[in-house]
Order: sequence, then structure tokens, then C-alpha cells
Amino acid sequence: MAAFVIRRILATIPVLGMVAVIVFLILRLTPGDPATLLAGDNATLAQIEEIRRHLGLDRSIVVQFVSWIGHLLRGDFGESFFFKMPVAALIADRIQPTLSLALMTLIFTIVIAVPMGVIAANRRGTWVDHAVMTFSVGGFSIPVFVLGYLLIYVFAIRLNWFPVQGFKSFDAGIRPFLSHLLLPSLTLSVVYIALVARIARASVIEVLNEDYIRTAYSKGLTNRVVLTQHALRNAAIPIVTVIGMGVALLIGGAVVIESVYNIPGLGRLTVDAVLSRDYPTIQAMVLLFSFIYVMINMLVDLSYAVLDPRIRY
Amino acid sequence: MQERGLIQTLLGLAATAALLVSTPTARAETTLRIVMHSDLKILDPTWTWAYISRNYGAMVYDTLFALDKDLKVQPQMVDTYTVSDDKLVYTFKLRDGLKFHDGAPVTANDVIASLKRWGARDSWGQQLLEFTKSLDVVDDKTVRLTLREPYALVLEALAKPGSLVPFIMPARVAADEQITDTIGSGPFIFKKDEWRPGNKAVFVKNPDYKPRSEPASGLAGGKVAKVDRIEWISMPDPQTAVNALLAGEIDVIESPQHDLLPLLEADKNIELRAASKRGQQYMLRFNFKFPPFNDERVRQAALASLSQINFLQAAVGSPKYYRTCQALFGCGTPLAEKVEGDFLLKSDFAASKNLLKEARYDGKPIVIYQATDVNSLNPLGPVAAQLLRKGGFNVDLQAMDWQTLIARRSKGQTMAPADGGWNIFLTTWAVEDIMNPIVSVALSGKCDKAYYGWPCDEKIDAMRLDFAKASDLAKQKKIAADIQSHAYKFGFYAPLGEWTGPSAWRRGHVGGVLEAPFLVQWNISKK
Amino acid sequence: MTNSLNVAPAMVVETPTKRAPSALLRGLFQNPAATIGATLLVLIILVAVLAPYLGTLDPTAIDPASRNALPGSVSTLDNGVGGERSYTHWMGTDSLGRDIYSRVLYGGRVSLIVGLSVATLSLGFGLLIGLVAGYVRWVDAVVMRIMDGLMAIPSILLAIALVSLSSAGLGNVVVAITIPEIPRVVRLVRAIVLSARQEPYVEAAISVGTRTPMILFRHILPNTIAPLIVQGTYVFGSAILLEAILSFLGAGTPPEHPTWGNIIADGRALFRIYPHTLLFPGIFLALTVLGVNLLGDQLRDTLDPRLAKRI
Repeated sequence: MAAFVIRRILATIPVLGMVAVIVFLILRLTPGDPATLLAGDNATLAQIEEIRRHLGLDRSIVVQFVSWIGHLLRGDFGESFFFKMPVAALIADRIQPTLSLALMTLIFTIVIAVPMGVIAANRRGTWVDHAVMTFSVGGFSIPVFVLGYLLIYVFAIRLNWFPVQGFKSFDAGIRPFLSHLLLPSLTLSVVYIALVARIARASVIEVLNEDYIRTAYSKGLTNRVVLTQHALRNAAIPIVTVIGMGVALLIGGAVVIESVYNIPGLGRLTVDAVLSRDYPTIQAMVLLFSFIYVMINMLVDLSYAVLDPRIRY
Repeated sequence: MQERGLIQTLLGLAATAALLVSTPTARAETTLRIVMHSDLKILDPTWTWAYISRNYGAMVYDTLFALDKDLKVQPQMVDTYTVSDDKLVYTFKLRDGLKFHDGAPVTANDVIASLKRWGARDSWGQQLLEFTKSLDVVDDKTVRLTLREPYALVLEALAKPGSLVPFIMPARVAADEQITDTIGSGPFIFKKDEWRPGNKAVFVKNPDYKPRSEPASGLAGGKVAKVDRIEWISMPDPQTAVNALLAGEIDVIESPQHDLLPLLEADKNIELRAASKRGQQYMLRFNFKFPPFNDERVRQAALASLSQINFLQAAVGSPKYYRTCQALFGCGTPLAEKVEGDFLLKSDFAASKNLLKEARYDGKPIVIYQATDVNSLNPLGPVAAQLLRKGGFNVDLQAMDWQTLIARRSKGQTMAPADGGWNIFLTTWAVEDIMNPIVSVALSGKCDKAYYGWPCDEKIDAMRLDFAKASDLAKQKKIAADIQSHAYKFGFYAPLGEWTGPSAWRRGHVGGVLEAPFLVQWNISKK
Repeated sequence: MTNSLNVAPAMVVETPTKRAPSALLRGLFQNPAATIGATLLVLIILVAVLAPYLGTLDPTAIDPASRNALPGSVSTLDNGVGGERSYTHWMGTDSLGRDIYSRVLYGGRVSLIVGLSVATLSLGFGLLIGLVAGYVRWVDAVVMRIMDGLMAIPSILLAIALVSLSSAGLGNVVVAITIPEIPRVVRLVRAIVLSARQEPYVEAAISVGTRTPMILFRHILPNTIAPLIVQGTYVFGSAILLEAILSFLGAGTPPEHPTWGNIIADGRALFRIYPHTLLFPGIFLALTVLGVNLLGDQLRDTLDPRLAKRI
């Protein structure tokens, strides 16, 4: 078990290393001088020269890469050219909204999607099942920003149940915090719910065909007990896997949703950075999000051992 | 994060405690939350022409003279001044008790350093310094300005309201190439530690500021800070700002988007009024450095294609807030001058095409920069593109945000349009900033030293010089009219009509908004 | 956004069962969902292709006099020969007075072009790289590490990072969307190649000394077709969505071009008062992606039953 954990953690290193190489190369391989790119549009020649020296662009590309990695490992993401402050500080400033949004979405997804999938599987072929599958296809097809505006229009503008846009920090009180967060997380969950419900349904159906389920039923256990304690437990691995993969959806969705709902989080920061060609920030954000994605999927793999006692490494 | 939060809280508590000790009658701190027209990014008002940095300067710095609401020059930091009989020597004595935010007194040295810094960059400042023989310290609080020859606009220049403003800053700050120090002597202190570009900028009341005793009028008179704290909140989405105002989360929107005004007009709790009744004038500027607009005929072709009403309808919408105006020095100003015919009021595409043929325009696309994030400017680009296409031009409309635009704009001096430079950009000027030939920087013809576009035309600068020396209004008017007709003939730029943008605030909560060239934030109170 | 679905096809290692194409088609369209999906797509393609003949105006023509007109408003236009004619804006106009109906129809062209080009390019490159990687061991080691790295970067982020480095333009947008799609295709193809190599007929071909390109093309390539069609459908839908997201965020095609994302981005500033500017392009976008998903799911079930069981 311990060996597996270590092996799995070590396995992320080459992936993260490759991500770093790609992010590094994206900037270096584009036509034009990276120092000029990094300096931004209103830099003076002296500033560009300074950056060139700072980046050591006169050195070989391998040396440059190693020194860049060195800075990264020390938590130095460089300085944003647009905001004129360390990217790490920018990230610290913006992390709360995104984290809240992601957690809330995750909670919604698990609370809604898993029961949906299980019920649909249990009532396979009935109208409930069809409704869940229709929702799933529909939820997957509606673009997240269209859905966002739709929900704002209906629930915030027409019905006036929620504030239209914006974010309130947790310090401002739990009520405003939640009321600002509810609609965006709901928007973001829809596609996620669609994905997870579908996988949950499929894997529960598969499990329900297994012998031990029939045995359980024949022992006289109630439908509920069989579903929640046997079927769901054994169907958990694909569900957890897809939740992990869905983090990519969550990250992409956050980028869009934060623009729709005007939430000052990491997603907005990324978009702002892209629009203002703030390369150090773009680099840092791509790295950070990829790191999170890889880490979460690692945790998902590790969780297999917990979820399925049969798995012994 | 948490640790900093704790420190901030402690500091806050300490500050509150200090306040409680110092003021016997403790009262709740008032905070005014304003959404400005753009995000504050550059803290040097003599380095950028961006109005937001000028507005920042007006909070933090003070000026020697200022315009009142009738555009008359009044002393501001200056207590008394004298002008010699030969109109060559000006002596300015500063008021008592002027102090910078760090406690240091404002001295004659600071004044001279600041004026020199301003004069090195501002075109009016440049002209004033060209006329100046010397700037001398008489004593700590007295400055003497000696001219080479009489210059009629000394006080007007020192009271200049629009970018770049001759703000007075500490001499050590004025010496820096680009200012990062935020110490001034104005009615508000900038909280640099709370500044989050893209999020908010914070000012607090300057407790040591000694306002003049006269009532506030325009930019002149006593600048009394009536709130303890002002926060400029960044809300890039105009709709969010309107929602926030309607919900009472913010107090003022400096310039709400015109299309959203119906929402505000419908709410009884919102008051709408333009700080400046003169408003702004749109401008379409050519780049004289590169073909085809280095050719006068091509510029005339473009002028023939344009018609103001198209721009005004698209960018402003309601006629309540716009008017066509051919006068280069603004309509409703002392120098406003009529133009014969419907020049710029009606497109003449045939004339444009003929001129282009005559000039042998090769059909190379002209690059127009479009600022997409400034609501009052965004529609101008597509309208210009459409009209110029109809007039026979091949147009490449390039969209970008305003910050990028102003950064790339300066590169257009050497960078060809095909390589990222430009042929046309569009902007807007407060009428106070174009109301005479000197202040209107786009009318300079000094090649590389001129405003973006860099036209070379000695004649106009000679005329502007005459204007500066003209002793009375009648003479000034005559010269201004000549300048206008010359400028149209040469094709310096196209004025695209005038518009006003009301500010919006919560009725009954916010009071004391002054009539001024822009929304000044002293004298505003909050309940 | 549908990328996560695409992860699933990559899991397939078996070769699909072979069936007659006509039987496939029949099986496919016995399912109402597939019929609806296909009909939707055909309709949208028709509408986009025929846009100039469907009573549209120039989608970029500005008309400041009739800005923000509500759906159904009538305005008077110059008929081109000196007279006037009236025109009904069925979907209203935007804040520059451009006709939204025309913009949405022409916008469909851009979306479909992007979808098709990205699908073709990513399938093409993915197939090529995947075949080689699956067959040549040392290439495999290198290529798959790169693909792992690319796949670890959420595709929206990778795409917007790529667009930010180049000037805005349709070509660059296509490239920026294609690159994140390629690794998934490569993994799929590689998995098929690896399993196909174990097949007796391939081993037999190798043992009689058939040249590698021949083996690849004659024996292995045909196995990839069915899964690639399924994958291509999803790439198509995902690319359309991604293009719209990029435009919406302001990082895609220049705003002057009518694309669904751009129309929505233009409309968002005023959607509180004029929701129609956002609604119509939104509906078209959602219907297109819905069509792709319905068809794709059914294609997968029919062409690739073993995969269908897994999802």
C-alpha cells in the first residue's frame, strides 16, 4: 500500500515536468522575442533589456529552463507585468472565490448527481430514467455561459431571488456569501452533474447485474440497503474517477463562470491576463491549474484502495 | 493570508483607537464607494494622459491655480500673486500651512521641480517653459517666474484642468522618471498598501489639509473632504455596476453606460447629473507617419466619408446626451466657431473615392484601433470602419482593450501599421481640454514631439504662438478661427461630435457633487 | 467542454466488431435520439450554408439608427437603387444596429468551419502520431510523455494560452483549439494499434516480412475508422463550444466577425435590458452541440458497443 502511494506520487513528477516544459516552450517557440513579449506593450527598451538579463535569455535554453524551474520551486512565479506585483500575491488575493465556487460545485454535484444516477439505474427504462438521461444530454449540450445568463435572467432579474452578479467574501457573513455563490455554483454544476449522473447510472447498472447483488436480494435485504450499501459502494470507483476527470471541466468552467458572474477569482485573473497579454500570469495560471488537476487525479487513484478493499497494491 | 488579515485588523483597531482618542465625539467612518470610468493602473499623472490618472492626481495633489465653474482662473495653492507692469515677472506666494502627506511643508523648490517635470511633457507646459527665462526661489514660500516675452496664458496654463495637469509634488518625487511615490499635498491620501489594480484603489481624508476659505466652485475654492474614505471599485462589466448602485452596494457611478441609463432613470432613488455640462468631444486621429494618411488628400477623403451623427447615435444613442459640433474648440466655449456647410455632418462617399483615386491610394488596409472595453469608445471603431469602407478605403479593424491601445498607440510612431502599428485611433476629449489652440494638443504640428499621429506642420504652431501672445479675446477669437480653418484643411483630425455622460448616485445619500470638468470628489458628502 | 467525454474512448483497447455499413445506418436511425440529433445538425448546416439566400443582411453592417431593436422590429433600409424597403429584424438588432438574425446565421458558418477544421486536423495529426507511437517503441515513449503533459493542462486554458501568444484570427483559433484535442486522439489510436498488433493476422503479416507501412495501412488503419468517427463527432462539438468560449472571453476571433461567441459577448453588456442579443445565438449554439452529442452517443453505441457499455 505504502509502496503504491509512493509510486503513484512519483508518477506525477514526469507529468508535471512535461507540463512545465510545455508551458515554458509555448512562450519560447512563439515567434518574437520572449523578453519583449514578457515586458508587455508599454515597456521601455531598458526594461526589456532588464528582463532579458533577469531571464538570462543569453544563456542556453536548458540553463534557462532549469533556472526558471528553480524559481518556481521557491514559489517565485515572477512578477505580473500588468498588475506590477508578484503573481504569487495575485493568486493569494484571488483564491478564495474560486475555491468557494469549486467546493460548492463539488458538493452540489455529489449530492445531486449520485442519487440521480442510482435512482435512474434502479428504475431503468422508466420515465425517471429517461428524464435523467435527457437532463444528462441536455446539461452537456448547453454552453455554461449561456446557462449562466439564463439563470441570472430568470432567478436574479425576473424572480429577484439572488443578487445578479458579484462575490461576497466569507468574512462578509454567511448569508451574502451563500446567496452570491449559489447561482454560479449551480450553473457550473449542471454540466458536471450531467457527466457524473450518467457514469453513476451506467456503473450501478453494471453492478446490479453481478451475482452478489442477486445474493443480497435473495437474503431479503431491502432495495435501499442493497442499492446504497452494496451497489453504490461497488460502483464508486468509476464515479470517483469521473469526478476527478471532471475537475478539468470545473477549471474550464470557472474561467467562464467567473466572467459571467463577475467573480474576482483565479479564472477571471486568467482571462484578464490573457486579454492583457500578461505572460508571467498566464504561465503561472496554466501551471497552477494543471498542478491541481494532476494532484486531484492522483488523489482519486489513491482513493481506490480505500473504496475497494479488494484492491491491494 | 490569514496572518496579514490579522495584522490588518490590529492596525485597523489601532487606527480606530487613535481616532477615538483624538476626536472627542467619535462618529462612524464614512466610506464613499465609486465606480470610475476605468481601472487605475498608472500612478503618475504627468506620465500618462489617461483621465483616470488625472483624476487620481486631483485627489492626491494640489495645483497652484484652478478653474472655477465658469472657467475663470482662481488661485488655489497660491495665496497672493503679482504680475509686473511689463507682464514679464510673475511672483507667486504659497498659502500658509500647505503640507505634504509625509508632514513636510510645500516649498518653492517643490513647486519649481514639479513645474519643470510637467513642462517637460505637457505641450502647454513646453510652450510656457519656452517663454520662460527663469524660475526662481525667492524664499521658502515664494516662486518667481520670469518670461522672455509676454505670454498671455501663464495663469491659464497653471490652472489647466485636463491631462497633463501641473500638479505640485515633492521635489524628490518630481525628479523620478516615472513616479511610484504617492505623496502629495492634496485633500486625499492614497493608500498604496490597499491598492489592488483590477479590484480597488483606496483614498483616505488628509487630516492636515487646509482648504481655502472660499466655497468650492469647479476645481477652485475650498477642497473640503467630507468623507473619511473613498474607494474606487473596479467593475469591468457596466451592468454589474448599475446593479450594484441600484442595490446600494456602491454610492456613485462616474460614467454609467449610456444604454443602461434607462434602468437608472427608472429608479427614483438614483440621481443622474453630468458633472460637466460641456461634456466631451469625440476625435478620430490619423497617423501622419505612414501612408496613406501622410497624404493630405487621403485625410480629406476620410473626412469626407465621416458623418458625426452615425458615431453619436451608435456610441451615445439618446439625443438628450449628444449634439453634432463642428467647432474644434468645442461648442458653447468662448472660442467656438461655426463652420460653413455640412462638413462632417453628411458623408460624401463619391468625393472620398475621387480623392483616393487622385491620391493613388493603393488599397492597402488601413488599421483602425478599436477599444472594446471602454463603452463610450467601443462603437466608434466599427462605425468608422463602415463609413471609410463605403468611402473607398480598405479597413482592418483591430480590437483591443484601452490599456493595450494606449500602449500600442505610442509605438505607431515607428511601427508600420502592417506590423502592429496603426493608421487611425479614436478617442474622446473633455471640452475643457480642447477649448483653446494651446490646450488642444492634437493641434500641434511638431512632428515627433506632437501628439500621437505626429503631424509635421510649422504653420499651425506659428499660429498657436500668435494665439498665446494675443492680448485680448477678440484677437484670440480671430486667430482661433484661422487655426480652425487651417486645421480642417490640413486634416489634423476629425471631430466626431459632442456628448455628455451623467454620473449617477444614490439620491439622498450622496450630496455636494460639484459642477466641474470632471467628477471631483471633495465636497461630496455621504449619509 | 465535452472533452471529458473524450477521455472515455481512449480507454478502448478492443477493436470494434465489424458490421455492414448499411446495417449500421439502419441501426443508428432506429433510435429517435440519433434521428433528432442528425436532423438538428443537418438543419443547422443548411441554414448556415444557405445564409445569403435566407433573407439576411450583411452581418457586419452597422445601422446606428436602429440599435437594440427588439425581435420583430421593422426598420427601413436603403434598397440599393435609391429607394427604401422595410426589413423585419426577426431576432432584433444589437447595440450597433446589426441584424442578429443575419449574424446568427452567418455565425453558424464560422462555428461549423471551426468545428470541421479542428476535427479534421486533430484526427489527421492524432492518427499519424498515434500510428507511429503505437508501432515504434522509442517514439512511443517520447510522444506519450508529451501527450500526458498536454492532457494534464485543462483544454480551455491551453487554448487561451495559445491564442494569447498569437494575433487574433480564425486560423490561430483553429490551431489553438486543435492542439489540446490531439492527445486524446493519439491515445485512442495508439491503444487500437497496440491491441491490433497482438492479432494473429498482424503477427502473421509481420512474420512473412510485410513492410511496416503496409502493415499499418492495410491491417491496422481500418480498425481505427469506427472509433475515430465517434471521436471526431465529439471533437467537432467540443471545438464549436471552445471557439464560442474563446470569443466570449474576448480571446477568440476578432469581434467584428459574427461568431456565436462574439454575438453573445457583444450582448452580455446589455442582456439585462435586451436579453434577445444573447438568447438567439445561445439557442443555436446549444442546439448544435445537442445535435452533435445525440448523434455521437448513438454512433458510439452502434459502432462501438463495447465502449458503450463502459459509459
